[in-house]
Amino acid sequence: MASFKPTKIQVYPKLGEKVTQDTLYWKNYKAPVQIKEFGAITNIDFSPVAPHNFAVTAFTRVHIYGPFSQEPVKTFTRFKDTAYSGRFRSDGQLLVAGCEDSVVRLFDVSGKVALRMFKGHTKAVHVTDFTSDGYQILTGSDDYTCRLWDIPNATELNTYQEHTDYIRCGVTSKLNRDLFITGSYDHTLKMFDARLDKSVMTMDHGHPVENLLLYPSEGLLVSAGGRYVKVWDLLKGGQPLVSMKNHHKTVTCLSLGSNGQRLLSASLDRHVKVYNTTNYKVVHNFDYAASILSLGLAPDDESIVVGMTNGILSVKHRKSPEESKETSGQQRRKPSYRVFVKGKNYVPKQDDYLVSKPVKQHLAKYDKQLKRFNVSKALDTALETWLRRRKPEITVAVIKELDRRGTLKNALAGRDEQSLFHLLNFLIGNLVDPRFAPVLVTTAEMILDIYRSVIGQSPVVDRQLLRLQDLLEREIDYQKDLLEVLGMLDTMFASSIPRKEVPCSGISRSNGLGQGEASTSRPQLQAT
Amino acid sequence: MVEHGDIRVVHRGGSKINFREPVITNDSKFLLCASGECVKVFSTSTEECVHDLRGHTDLVTGVIIKPSNHLQAYSCSADGTVRLWDFTDGILIKTYVIGHPIYSIHASASHEGVVFVVTSMHADKRPDLLQLVAVHLPRSGDQMVEARELSAVLSDVSSNPLAIVFGRGGEYIASTKGLKLEVYLFRKQKAYSFFLKEDNKKGRRNTFTCVACHPKDDCIATGHEDGKIRLWRNFNQKKEYTYSTLHWHHSAVSSLCFTPEGTNLLSGGIESVLVQWRYNQEDQREFLPRLGAAITHITVSPDGSLFFTSHSDNKITIIQSCLKVSAAIQGLVKGESVTTDLMMDPRSKSLVLNGKPGHLQFYSLQRDKLLYNLDVVQQEYIHESGLQQFEVVKAAFDASGNWLATVEERKQKGAEVELNLKLWEFDEQTQSFVLNTTISAPHEAQITGMCFCHSTDNQTTMLVSTSKDGHFKAWQLDAQAHTEAADERPSWSCDFVGAYHSLVPECCCFSADGSLLAVSFQEVVTVWSTASWELLTTLSQPPKAIRNLCFGRLSCSKYLLGTTGNNLLCCWNLLTCSLEWSTSMDVSLLLADPISENMAAFCRQAGSTDLFVFKPSEPRPLFSQKAVCPGKVTRAIFAPREEMLESCEESSQWLNRSQLYFLTQHMDLMTFTTKVEEDRLMASSKQLVIDDSVAMTPFYLLLGKHRQQDSGDAQSGISTERTPLPQGSVAIKELLQTPAHVLPSTSFLCSMFVQSLLISVTEPREENKATEEEMESEKEEEDSEEEMESGTTRPEQAPLGRHAAESAAPALTKAQVRELRRVKKLDRSWFAGLLDS
Repeated sequence: MASFKPTKIQVYPKLGEKVTQDTLYWKNYKAPVQIKEFGAITNIDFSPVAPHNFAVTAFTRVHIYGPFSQEPVKTFTRFKDTAYSGRFRSDGQLLVAGCEDSVVRLFDVSGKVALRMFKGHTKAVHVTDFTSDGYQILTGSDDYTCRLWDIPNATELNTYQEHTDYIRCGVTSKLNRDLFITGSYDHTLKMFDARLDKSVMTMDHGHPVENLLLYPSEGLLVSAGGRYVKVWDLLKGGQPLVSMKNHHKTVTCLSLGSNGQRLLSASLDRHVKVYNTTNYKVVHNFDYAASILSLGLAPDDESIVVGMTNGILSVKHRKSPEESKETSGQQRRKPSYRVFVKGKNYVPKQDDYLVSKPVKQHLAKYDKQLKRFNVSKALDTALETWLRRRKPEITVAVIKELDRRGTLKNALAGRDEQSLFHLLNFLIGNLVDPRFAPVLVTTAEMILDIYRSVIGQSPVVDRQLLRLQDLLEREIDYQKDLLEVLGMLDTMFASSIPRKEVPCSGISRSNGLGQGEASTSRPQLQAT
Repeated sequence: MVEHGDIRVVHRGGSKINFREPVITNDSKFLLCASGECVKVFSTSTEECVHDLRGHTDLVTGVIIKPSNHLQAYSCSADGTVRLWDFTDGILIKTYVIGHPIYSIHASASHEGVVFVVTSMHADKRPDLLQLVAVHLPRSGDQMVEARELSAVLSDVSSNPLAIVFGRGGEYIASTKGLKLEVYLFRKQKAYSFFLKEDNKKGRRNTFTCVACHPKDDCIATGHEDGKIRLWRNFNQKKEYTYSTLHWHHSAVSSLCFTPEGTNLLSGGIESVLVQWRYNQEDQREFLPRLGAAITHITVSPDGSLFFTSHSDNKITIIQSCLKVSAAIQGLVKGESVTTDLMMDPRSKSLVLNGKPGHLQFYSLQRDKLLYNLDVVQQEYIHESGLQQFEVVKAAFDASGNWLATVEERKQKGAEVELNLKLWEFDEQTQSFVLNTTISAPHEAQITGMCFCHSTDNQTTMLVSTSKDGHFKAWQLDAQAHTEAADERPSWSCDFVGAYHSLVPECCCFSADGSLLAVSFQEVVTVWSTASWELLTTLSQPPKAIRNLCFGRLSCSKYLLGTTGNNLLCCWNLLTCSLEWSTSMDVSLLLADPISENMAAFCRQAGSTDLFVFKPSEPRPLFSQKAVCPGKVTRAIFAPREEMLESCEESSQWLNRSQLYFLTQHMDLMTFTTKVEEDRLMASSKQLVIDDSVAMTPFYLLLGKHRQQDSGDAQSGISTERTPLPQGSVAIKELLQTPAHVLPSTSFLCSMFVQSLLISVTEPREENKATEEEMESEKEEEDSEEEMESGTTRPEQAPLGRHAAESAAPALTKAQVRELRRVKKLDRSWFAGLLDS
């Protein structure tokens, strides 16, 4: 006598990315806080000193937000036109910002009025930064020049006119007060030494350069332009090290996280990608609602701030250790089994005579019902709230098993309003899931057959049926679209594969079938 | 039928044992089953077949124990004879010729010298008009007796033996047919008939299926098509009979049986649940569920301690009366069709085919025994007729036997075909196949062919499946590096999908070295390189589709053979990509011997099948035989032999290294044997003849025989004398082959052994004399044996085999023979000493 074979639960392959340490780390953020600004957010800069406020440059103002505030703690509004590039000095006391009206303004973080105004550029200034000693300011402008200014007497120290297009990014060295690098829309990066009158190094990025980033060690330079992120080795005279093309639109912003272990890039394609800086592979990906113009990362990755073209500032805060522990603790099961192992862990000695006891087969609830041929009850058990929400594959497997036994109709019939509602709810939730569709479509057809006569008697059921109909219509449209795309792809592939003559024997050629070209394609099948 | 006198087509095992009710002997030690043209005697304690009672020339249709002598049994057959057997020794005692085909046999203790048979007495021999006839068996000393004294008891009876039963020690006989129950009372010489209404409500039917009588009470239990059991009482009158109805079975009750004391009623049906009803308290019932397959017969041993159920999957289950399964006798499971091909498991050298629903069976050809069933589907089988279940439709082994691929399929009307491709890995620890990968819906339509790449040097195993969806897919085992987690085993995934002009692929075949794959797409054969998946060439022989495809082996590996729908057998040379030769024959099956160049083709010719064995490189066939069997042969297999035959005759050389098995239309497993092989088989079977009433243990083999020898030396030598094998005496061999733990201590044996040697040295002359005498006496024995042969009525195999073995021995020189005899004499003396001590 064979024992009862339990229902086979199909194991489906886990879709999506693999869970790695990185995904766990970068997913450990709370839901984002969204703040609406007046215009596109062009720059985000974190204050180097605690509590790490951040300056957000959007439209004609620069807001300073505290780490957890939803309202700006400070606002600078004295701009005549769109402000650009609000940046903190290394002591967090001063803030500089460029403007569309070509005037560069310097603010005291605690004050309101500009301390200094640097006038000299003829066009909009998109780049401003403090040198490492904190007494000079670097600016880059759309008039193709970059200039150095002295803060105390607000005078222009030097002008460099080497770029042949707009200068849209630049960084100063944190270690050397005389070095700075600018990137321009003429595709070049130029490194300047304030002690000389011309650039000391030029690198060709190949695309208009949107952003620059220096490693803390300042041996490596990262540039973003076009769809490319490139890493340059400055110590080897500006040799290109890596070129990454992971975005499908222009990369607008770069940032370093985890103490230089991870590099983040944001793009107009609405993604933020996290790279491992040892092998420059993408380890994580964030999706946002709109094209991203600016990105800021708080020290120790405490928060990720992203500014978008639609003026929405999204702030994600890291979960505190207690919070993250709480969620994992809920999933862990209580060690209740230990209570029942009494005597079971006894190891027999050598001379002991072992009397084997038949092992009791443990059956799930629905299997117990199936064993007794209680088909309706088995379906009821499989449709319990927890099971149908958390493990729809079990519910589907039981339905499939009932179908195999030829008793699915009996199990579905004779239900009251409440259980029919649950059943339809489950169908609506899972019908379009490609893993379950074959089973659930037959189920849905059966339900419609059985309950056709009672349609219109219960508003609850009717509403569910309408939802089901709506869902199916949408799914059919979706499938149509997919087929269209597939057809397009097929034509594209067919035109790209070179035609090849197949050698044929004399016999096969004679029958007119010989000149065949076999259509072959690599599979995209998954094995379970 | 036989063209080459040397090669014969013989039945090889796997016969049905569930055709008729198994009969249990009074001491519950043996079980008698009608099995094809013979009756098999099984031991209930060891489940081994101890005798084949051969003699009938047609299907055996019934077996009963002779009521007056419980050591003899009657068997009846469609050849029109009833034979009386001594089943403990396997001897045919008498043959009664009736003259008409017999469908079943019945007897009771109160009718001595009479057996009741169901036969058609009419001249036109219409099988639907059967009669129950009492046959008075004449008392005569002759072997062959014609039974002339026939008297009809009941007319228009069912051919099913379950529909006729004796009641209450033979006072009456109950017979059912259709909707009629007929009871014949012997004392009153009167028959009463009871009719049921044809109740077609809800499609249920009232037809009787089986009948059983209570042994003590006047009560008849009948089973019905709709699953009801009716208990009839008061049936010895026409009017006031009563019946009560029991209903548990949801479909037809196939068998009913009362226990000997009448306390319980057992019933079974397609649900494969044995139901035990308490007599007179019918609401108390006990169940034994999941017996594996539909119950066809139920028998109870005379002491009531054991129940025997035979099942539709060719199995007899032995159940203790506490409803606990104690053992099972399993034969080769033969469903309606073999959907998987016949295959050889490279490891166990067993025949593999689909057996029970959802299972693969491994059947040992050498031992004629089912080794085990592999549960492929792993789902609870619902025993209900008309239900579409998963069936194993394709299976394939790789060359080393490490991997097994199975395809299971479930067709449902109106729904898509459900397909699962499963890959099983052989687990050394458990010595069985363990599921490695399940691929659900590997193709969109039914899979038409599947094969493994058979090259042994290739590191990666490859599987190719072809499907009606117009694609063929290559599956490969993933490299270990692909899976990152350590606990994850490598699994199979799709490597390549190929198609050709959206034609449907039919057969696929790998070349011997695994570098080429041939896939037939209707009338075109495409040849692909497995390394790059490039289409290398196409071959075709229009206008009909290719049916079989096969690469040559070894020296003929450059040839690709195929058969087409318009009766052509083509051989292409792959070096020139052209047709080498073709011949017109209607080949139903083409297969290659895996260890030689030989190919076998079964051809249909005028209602029967011819066999041709040939080499692709040679124009003349090696062997051909007309009319191998009637009907079409669709499944066959070359099974490699365990030990090679040394046949030098040209026509039988192809059988030297492998054996050809095939399945006929009627699902009989047949094979070809040569004379040499038969002789060898006889010799070995003779050695194994043992008294089966004693359990066969190593101790028994060692000691029992020698005790017999000691006691039987003085008598005629028939049972004791045995030619020693050239390798050494039987006793020494057995001593060496017996497990050490069942022997006495070595020091004990050694001293005796040495002592016996010493004696022989001191008395050499006497010894010599003794051996000479022995030789002479043996010669006499031989003569007497031959004399007896002519007189004996035993089945002719035993003496023949003995003779063959005897004649095989004298290749030795006289000196060697003498030496052998001496050794034999020696060991017997010391061993006898050991026994006496």
